Amino acid sequence: MRAESIIGALASDGGKGQPALVVNRLTKRFGGRTAFSEVSFDVAHGEVFGFLGPNGAGKTTTVRTLGTLIAPTSGSAVVAGIPLTPDNAVEIRQRIAIMPESPGLYLRLSVTENLEYFASLYGLHHGGARIKDAIDAVNLGDRAGDLCGGLSKGLRQRVGLARTLLSDPEIMFLDEPTSGLDPVAVLEVHSLINGLRQKGVTIFLTTHRLEEAEKLCDRVAILNTTLRIVGRPAELREQLFKTALVVKTLVPLPDPGELFGHIPAVEGWRCEDPGSYVLSVSDPRVAAPQVTRGLISAGADVLSIGEAQHSLEDVYVELIDENAEARKR
Amino acid sequence: MMGLDASRTCAVIRKELRDYRRKRSIVAAMIILPALFLVEPVVTIFLISGSTSGSSLDSYVIFPLLYLLLIPVVTPSTLAAYTVVGEREQGTPEPLLTTPIRRQEFILGKAAAVMIPTLALSYLVFGLFLSVVALLAGSAVASAVFHQGPALLALALFTPLLAGWAIMVGMAVSVQASEVRVAQQLGMLASFPPVGLIALLAFGVIQPTFLVAVLFAAGLLPACWLSTLRQCESFLECSIGSAS
Repeated sequence: MRAESIIGALASDGGKGQPALVVNRLTKRFGGRTAFSEVSFDVAHGEVFGFLGPNGAGKTTTVRTLGTLIAPTSGSAVVAGIPLTPDNAVEIRQRIAIMPESPGLYLRLSVTENLEYFASLYGLHHGGARIKDAIDAVNLGDRAGDLCGGLSKGLRQRVGLARTLLSDPEIMFLDEPTSGLDPVAVLEVHSLINGLRQKGVTIFLTTHRLEEAEKLCDRVAILNTTLRIVGRPAELREQLFKTALVVKTLVPLPDPGELFGHIPAVEGWRCEDPGSYVLSVSDPRVAAPQVTRGLISAGADVLSIGEAQHSLEDVYVELIDENAEARKR
Repeated sequence: MMGLDASRTCAVIRKELRDYRRKRSIVAAMIILPALFLVEPVVTIFLISGSTSGSSLDSYVIFPLLYLLLIPVVTPSTLAAYTVVGEREQGTPEPLLTTPIRRQEFILGKAAAVMIPTLALSYLVFGLFLSVVALLAGSAVASAVFHQGPALLALALFTPLLAGWAIMVGMAVSVQASEVRVAQQLGMLASFPPVGLIALLAFGVIQPTFLVAVLFAAGLLPACWLSTLRQCESFLECSIGSAS
C-alpha cells in the first residue's frame, strides 16, 4: 500500500503562522437570490473543518467561490495564503484541490488515463509515480486500467478522491465525499481522511452525514444561507444544550415534583416517558450524588442515572429549526 | 495569448483525440463523411466525356474540386458540437475548472483537437482524389484538373479557414446546447453559410486567390478570437453558474 507515501507527501506546514483559509463576510448573490451571506470563519493548517447545512444552504456555492469557480458578490477571503481575487485564481487552484459531489470523470478513459490528464493540467508531466500512489491510496490498484464508464458509483467516487490527491494540495475541499458509497467504502474514505489529518493536510469537508462530521472534524460550521455557528462539536453541544441528567426508574415515581424540587442541584425537570426523567443541572458531578441519595431515600428502584448525551445532530436540528422559526416570524 | 500555458492546451488536445477514438459515432462520422464527399467528385471526373475539351472541360473539373471544400465544413461540425456539451453530459466541467487550466486554454485545446483530424482528413481526401485522377483518369481530364491553379489554391488555403469557421460555430452551439444530438443538428445547420462561399468560388463570382484567402482569414481570426472569449464565459455560466 502506497497510501502512506502520498499522504506523507501531502503533509502541509502546520507551523505556518496564518490560517490555511480565512473567510471574511463573504456573500454571493445570484440576481435577487442570496446563496450565502456575510459568512466569516477561518480554518487552521492541518484542521479538518466540517461544513454542514441543509440542501440549498449555500455549501457547494461556498466551495465553488473559495475554489475560484465563481466570484463572490462581496467580502473577502484568503485561500492557502493567497487573497481570493480573479487575478489570483490560477495560483489558488494550483494550491488547492476540490472534489465535487459528482466525480465528473471521462467515462471512455481508464482510471489511469483520467488521472494522467488531470496530472498534466496541474503541470505534473512526469507524474507516473504520483498517479500510482494516488490510485493505491484509494485501493484501486487492480482497477487502474478499467474504463471509468464501467465502474460503480462508489468506485468513481474513489477515482475522484484519487484525483484530489494528485496535486499535493495545501487545502482539500471535499464536497460530500462519501455520497453514494457503501458502508465499507465510507469507512475507507474516513480512514483516508484520518490519514490525511494525521499528516497535517487541511481538509474542508461538506457533508450531510452528521455522524461523519462528528467523527472526522476538528470543528464544524453550520450554514443556512448565513453562518449559524462555528466550533468544536462538544463546544456546540455545551453552548446549545443545558447540562442534564437522565434518570430511569423501574416504576414511575409517585411524586417526582416533590422529590426533585427538594434537591438543591436540580434546576428543573421534565418527564420524558413513564419512569424516565430529564433533570436540568449546572454541574452533573455535584448533582448526580444528590439525586442518587434523594431517589434512594424515596425508595425508588433506580435503573440508571447518567449525563444526557446530545449529538451533533441535536445541535444541527436545533439550529436549523430555530432558523425555520425565524423565517416563519 | 499572454499567460496561456501550451502544455495544458496540449494535454486537452491529447485527451480529446484519445476520447474521440473511443466514441464509435465520432469515428464512424469521421470515416463516412469524407468518404462520401470523395465518391461524388471521383464519379463526376470519370463521367466526363473524353471528347470534352477546352473551357468546357475546365468548367466540368472545377466543380468536383471545389466540392471537396465541403469536407472541412461538414466534418468538424460533428466533433465541434460534441466538444463542450459532451463534457457537460459527463459532469466534467466542474472538476476541470478546479484545476489551474484557464478557460481560454481549454477552449483552444478543444478547438485544436477538432482542427487536427479535420485538416488531416481533408488533405488526405484531396491527396487521394488527385492521386486517383493522376493514375486513373484520362490524360486530358487529369491535365485539366492539375491546371486548375486557383481551385487547387482554394483547396489548400480555404480548408483551414472553412474548418475554423465550422469549428467556431459548432463549439458556440455546443456551449449553449443541452445535449449532444441537438448540438450536432444545430451545428450542421450553422455550418451552411460557407457553402455559399464555395458556391461563389465555383461560379467564379469570387476568384480563389491568395489575397482573398488572406482577407477571409483577416475577418475570420478576430471572429474566432471573440467567439473563443465568449465561449469561455458561456462555458462557465452554463456549466457552473446555472447549477449554483
